[in-house]
Amino acid sequence: MKKTLASLLTVASLALSTHALAAGAGVPLDKAPIDPSNAESLQRGAQTFVNYCLSCHGAAVMRYNRLQDIGLTEEQIKNNLMFTTDKVGEQMKVAMAAKDGKNWFGATPPDLSLIARSRGTDWLYTYLRTFYRDDTRPTGWNNLVFDKVGMPHVLWELQGEQILHVEGEGEHAKKTLKLVKPGTLTRGGENGQFDNHEYDQRVGDLVNYLSYMAEPTQVKREQIGYGVLLFLILFLIPITYLLKKEYWRDVH
Amino acid sequence: MSIQLNAVPEKVLNWVDERFPLTSTWKAHVSEYYAPKNFNFWYFFGSLAMLVLVIQIVTGIFLTMNYKPDGNLIPGTNISVAFASVEYIMRDVAGGWIIRYMHSTGASMFFVVVYLHMFRGLIYGSYKQPRELVWVFGVLIFLILMAEAFLGYLLPWGQMSFWGAQVIVNLFASIPVIGPDLSVLIRGDFVVSDATLNRFFALHVIAVPLVLLALVVAHLVALHEVGSNNPDGVEIKKNKDPVTHIPRDGIPFHPYYTVKDVFGVAVFLAVFCGVLFFAPEMGGFFLEHPNFDPADALKTPAHIAPVWYFTPFYAILRAIPSFLGTQVWGVLGMGAGVVILAFLPWLDRSPIKSIRYRPTSFKVMLVLFLISFIGLGILGAKPATDFRTVVSQVLSIVYFAFFLGMPFYTKNEKPCAPVPERVTFSTGKQQMMFIVYVTIAVVGAYLFGTFI
Repeated sequence: MKKTLASLLTVASLALSTHALAAGAGVPLDKAPIDPSNAESLQRGAQTFVNYCLSCHGAAVMRYNRLQDIGLTEEQIKNNLMFTTDKVGEQMKVAMAAKDGKNWFGATPPDLSLIARSRGTDWLYTYLRTFYRDDTRPTGWNNLVFDKVGMPHVLWELQGEQILHVEGEGEHAKKTLKLVKPGTLTRGGENGQFDNHEYDQRVGDLVNYLSYMAEPTQVKREQIGYGVLLFLILFLIPITYLLKKEYWRDVH
Repeated sequence: MSIQLNAVPEKVLNWVDERFPLTSTWKAHVSEYYAPKNFNFWYFFGSLAMLVLVIQIVTGIFLTMNYKPDGNLIPGTNISVAFASVEYIMRDVAGGWIIRYMHSTGASMFFVVVYLHMFRGLIYGSYKQPRELVWVFGVLIFLILMAEAFLGYLLPWGQMSFWGAQVIVNLFASIPVIGPDLSVLIRGDFVVSDATLNRFFALHVIAVPLVLLALVVAHLVALHEVGSNNPDGVEIKKNKDPVTHIPRDGIPFHPYYTVKDVFGVAVFLAVFCGVLFFAPEMGGFFLEHPNFDPADALKTPAHIAPVWYFTPFYAILRAIPSFLGTQVWGVLGMGAGVVILAFLPWLDRSPIKSIRYRPTSFKVMLVLFLISFIGLGILGAKPATDFRTVVSQVLSIVYFAFFLGMPFYTKNEKPCAPVPERVTFSTGKQQMMFIVYVTIAVVGAYLFGTFI
C-alpha cells in the first residue's frame, strides 16, 4: 500500500515538472533520440564534440580516459580525440581562456560537462537544429529556442543556412525555419523540400554523447538498480512479510 | 566448553548492568515498551524517519571525505572547487555516485516520511493531552530539519544552491532594524560567497545534526513516557491487566513492531531505490535542473524555485503582499505557517482524538487544510502569475483558518460514532476507503498542477 502511495506521489510530482520552462520562448521542443546503450552513436557524438564544441567549451569534470565506457581504447582516444593534452587521465579542458571567450562572445561559453542535465536533452537537440541567419546579430546567427544567443552556428557547414519565417503577430506568431542553402549533411530536394535526416542524426548522436557525459554512470546505475529491486521485491519484502505474519499469529 | 560460553555473556551482561542500565533501558524502550496492537499503515513513518536519518548521517560522513567547501573557481574555468568536488564524487570516487544519490534522495524522502508522520499525528490526535510535548519536540525536529536541508542545499554550489540561499538569506534582511546586519552575520559577507559556503558546511555537518539528534532523543523519551497513541485514540494504559499491569491492548514493541517495521523498511527501500536508481532527479524535484549549472553570481536564473518540500511555505511567502513599506509580512507569514503547528495541542479543544470519531465539521476543515497545503506546495513550485497569486492567497487564508479557527469549530464537538473502550483493527471497508481517498488526493493534485 505504501508503495502504491509513493509511486502515485511520483506520478504527481512528475506531472508538475518544471522542465517545460526550459523552452523559454515557447517553441515546442523536439524529442531527442537518446540511447545510452548505443556505443556507435556515443562514439560519433564524442567525435563531433571534440571537433566542434571543445574549441570553445570545456568539459572540466570529464576525463578523456572515461571514454573507455563507450567502447573506445586508450589508444583510440589518444590518437583521435585528444587535441589539447597528451595525458589521457586529464579532464577535457578548453584551450581558450575564459576571459577571452567573454570578450569574443559576450559571455564565457559555458562548461558542457553537465549541460544535458541542466538544459535537458530535448532542448539541446532542438537548439542545435534551430540556428538561423540574422543580420542584426554580431555573429550573423540567431536561434529559435535561445534568442540572441552569443554562439554562432558552429555546425553550419553540416546543416547549411536556415532563414526565419514568421506567420502572424505578437505572442501567437508562428515561427518556422526554412533551409535555403544545404550543408554537407543536408540535401536539397525537389519542390523546395530539404532532407535534414542525416544532420538530425548527427545532432542526435552529439546530444546522446552530452547526455552520457553529464552522467557517465547512468547505464550502470540502472543495471544495479534492477538487481537491487529484484532482491527487495522477490526476497526481502516477501521474507519480512512472512516473518511479520509468523510473529503476529497470536495477536488478535 | 559450550556451557561456559553461554555463561560468559550472562556474566558480562550482569557486570555491565551493575554499572550501566543496559538491560533496564532495553526493557523500558524496546522489549517491554507496550504499544497498541492496532497500528496501521500510518505508523510506519516514525521508524522510517529514523532510518532515513541514519542513511543521511552515514552517507553524509562519506561525502565529507571528498567534498570540498570551496567557492573559488578552478583556474581557466567557471566551475568552483566545491561544484567540481561533487562531480568528482559522482565520477571518480569508487561508489561515490551511489552515496551521493542516497544522500540527495534521502533528503527528499526524509520530508516525504516526516510529512506523512505529521499527518498521522494530525488525523489521530497524537498531539493531544498527554502527548503535547511529543508533538512540540516533533515540530522542533521539523524546523531543524528544514534548516538542515536548506544549509545542505547550498553545498553543491550550483545555480539553485546559490540563488536559493540568496533569496532565503535576504528574507532575514527584511526584518526591521536588525535585518540587514543579521543577514550579513548569516552570510559572513555582503553577498553569498565562499565564507557563506564554509559556515553553511560547518552548520550542516555538525551543529544542526547534533541538535537534530538531541531532539530525536527528546521526542522518543517523551513518547515512551506517555505511550503511543493509536488509530482509535484510545488510551491503552487505562485498561491494564490487574496482575501483570500490562495494558490489555498493548504488545511489546520488540518483537512485534520491530518485525513489522522491518517489513515497512523493506517496502520503503524498494521505493527509495526505485527513485535512487531510476529517477534520481525525480523530474527536477529532488535535484533541480538549474543546479547542474555552476553557481554564477552574475546570472540570475529565470525562475528561482525552492526544493519541493519548502514550496508550501514559499507559496505563503509570495502570497502575502508587502505593505507599510516592508516585505517582512510575507516572511512572518511563512514563519507563522511552521510555528503555528507547535500550538496545535492548545488550539484543538475537542477531547476526541481520532478522526474516526470526530464530527463532519472537523473532517471538512481537515480536507480544506489538506487541499490548501498540497495546493500551496504546487503553486510554490511554479512561477507566479496574477491568477496563481490570488489562488495562493485564498489557500493561505484556508491554511491559517484551519489552525486559528480550531478553538471555535472544535469547541463543542460531539463524536460522530461512539468512541470504543478498547482498540479496534481497521476494517476492510476502512482500508478500501483509504485507497479511495489517496487516489482522490493524487488525482486532484495532478489536475490542479496541470491546469493551474
